[in-house]
Amino acid sequence: MSHKSFRQAIFEALRQEMQRDPRVILMGEDVAGGRGAPGEQDAWGGPLGVTKGLFPEFGPERVLDTPITESAFIGAAAGAAATGLRPVADLMFIDFMGVCFDQIMNQAAKFRYMFGGKATTPLVIRTMYGAGLRAASQHSQCLYPLFTHIPGLKVVIPSSPYDAKGLMIQAIRDDDPVIFCEHKAMYDIQEEVPDEAYTIPFGEANFTREGRDVTIVALGRMVMFANQAADMLAKEGISASVLDPRTTSPLDRDSILESVAETGRLVVVDEAHPRCNMATDIAALVAEEVFDALKAPIRKVTPPHTPVPFSAALEDRYIPSPEKITAAARAVMQHARALA
Amino acid sequence: MQLSREELLRAYRAMRIIRDFEERLHDEFATGEIPGFVHLYAGEEASAVGVCQHLTDVDVIASTHRGHGHCIAKGCDVSAMMKEIYGRRDGLCGGKGGSMHIADLSLGMLGANGIVGGGPPLICGAALTAKTLKTGGVAIAFVGDGGSNQGTTLEAYNLASVWRLPAIFVVEDNGYAESTAAAWSVSGSQSQRAAGFGMPATEVDGHDFFAVHEAAGSAIARARAGDGPSLLHVRLNRYFGHFEGDACTYRAPGEVEKLRAEKDALAQFRRRVTEAGLLDAAALDAIDRESAAMIEAAVADAKAAAEPGEADLLTDVYASY
Repeated sequence: MSHKSFRQAIFEALRQEMQRDPRVILMGEDVAGGRGAPGEQDAWGGPLGVTKGLFPEFGPERVLDTPITESAFIGAAAGAAATGLRPVADLMFIDFMGVCFDQIMNQAAKFRYMFGGKATTPLVIRTMYGAGLRAASQHSQCLYPLFTHIPGLKVVIPSSPYDAKGLMIQAIRDDDPVIFCEHKAMYDIQEEVPDEAYTIPFGEANFTREGRDVTIVALGRMVMFANQAADMLAKEGISASVLDPRTTSPLDRDSILESVAETGRLVVVDEAHPRCNMATDIAALVAEEVFDALKAPIRKVTPPHTPVPFSAALEDRYIPSPEKITAAARAVMQHARALA
Repeated sequence: MQLSREELLRAYRAMRIIRDFEERLHDEFATGEIPGFVHLYAGEEASAVGVCQHLTDVDVIASTHRGHGHCIAKGCDVSAMMKEIYGRRDGLCGGKGGSMHIADLSLGMLGANGIVGGGPPLICGAALTAKTLKTGGVAIAFVGDGGSNQGTTLEAYNLASVWRLPAIFVVEDNGYAESTAAAWSVSGSQSQRAAGFGMPATEVDGHDFFAVHEAAGSAIARARAGDGPSLLHVRLNRYFGHFEGDACTYRAPGEVEKLRAEKDALAQFRRRVTEAGLLDAAALDAIDRESAAMIEAAVADAKAAAEPGEADLLTDVYASY
């Protein structure tokens, strides 16, 4: 056990799984970097250095740099997965799904069903998402709801280094296509992470705070913000649970419903665009299944329905904040008091 | 390349079964009993069989909308295919795929594909598997002239060349992408496109089994030797519409009748092998009878087979839940 960053946690998961299973390969744009260039090999390890060091250890047959050709290499990863390898493909930014979605949505996700259960596609697509780095509209989105919408895909959104390692190892060992979403503003966050390999099962939510008055459901980076909000609320005498589903597909419906049944109040925080996102999905689930337990209307905390802005002055207002989460929790508490 | 008597019989048998399968589907579709979209391969048999005759189960192919011929040439069970097209529970894909998604991965058949140009990137992956696991296999993407214009296909040419994959791209150019002429929609030429990616290309008459077989043999041998991808531009014709129900008003009057009379792949094959004394007519006639009986039985079995039930709706989405 030692202190590790989110970046190191993912690197360690990839490295340990590549050591364990020779069928695990890594491919993507600049996953090593410098290929064919006169200077350093393994020059990048991805644009944020997550995979740096894998190329010297595993070589060009298992760490494959690709041209900038998402359709071809994401499709190749799907085809390789269906024929015996266990590829981890690096879709650098989630926003680039636009140029390769067919190979994910119509090919990899549907092989098993279309072929009558006779295909397995053990594919992991790592991809960076999220706002906060002033990366503007085409490099900052949280498009995981679009993947969650597709039957046949599993979608993982880790909120801490510990979870990132365990969920990545689970993703690589899983026999279905997994979209593994890494928030680009979280790579330097550190915590204690075991040195040995371990897995965290999909579809099992994690409570990062336990409380009685209100359930705050949050994903990815928003879990940190929800924790900060819960700590602020505690000082005001409001006891909040923070529930991190960890995976949006499968979704741990039971934990969400049980928690809301206990607290009677729900705030859902989602950094994704507000229409048809995880907040609407979870709000609908709760309204349908435990309506009678609700003491107040469900509150969603999301960005506005706009592209992600560039200017820091705008982006900081765009992203859900601990303060906005706190305000939403206060609002549901006040509503309950009005009833009482 | 001199083919043995057994190989010649095998080739004719596969082509005959494809033809009978498709001609029969054309008739059965007209009765309204077959659901969905069906795209028939009749007229193109020499391409699928000329290529796939070189392959074993370690080799992988990806097909197109017009996939029945590739499935049969790769060895898929004809009766299970027919049941699949009728949407039956015992179909090759449990009735969940249908005509456009017939697959059998155990035979290296990675599926017909409902997305034009869907297959070439997948084939880069299958070729990467062969290369990485050193199976000795090759991977082949069949693409139509329509699919040849998709970015996925051109990206796959590049990736296969950059990674030096054991891949072959077989462009089956039947002259029409749906209703639009290839002469209008394909800029440059298929061979020039291959050259642009540093791939060798061969143009071949797709009505001539022997020409396809020889050209495919060279491309496959090159891939197996580790010398990288190549392209075959196969010129051929389809006898039916893009889909069943297509009135084909875009085709010239008498076009198909003339092709059937002058270019037919099975008639050419029969004439070649009997005139050369390689096979006698009686042996071919026997295959004709065997194929007719096989298709008759497959249709009868498919019509009688059970449909999927309520419980089948929710299964097969994930390997683990």
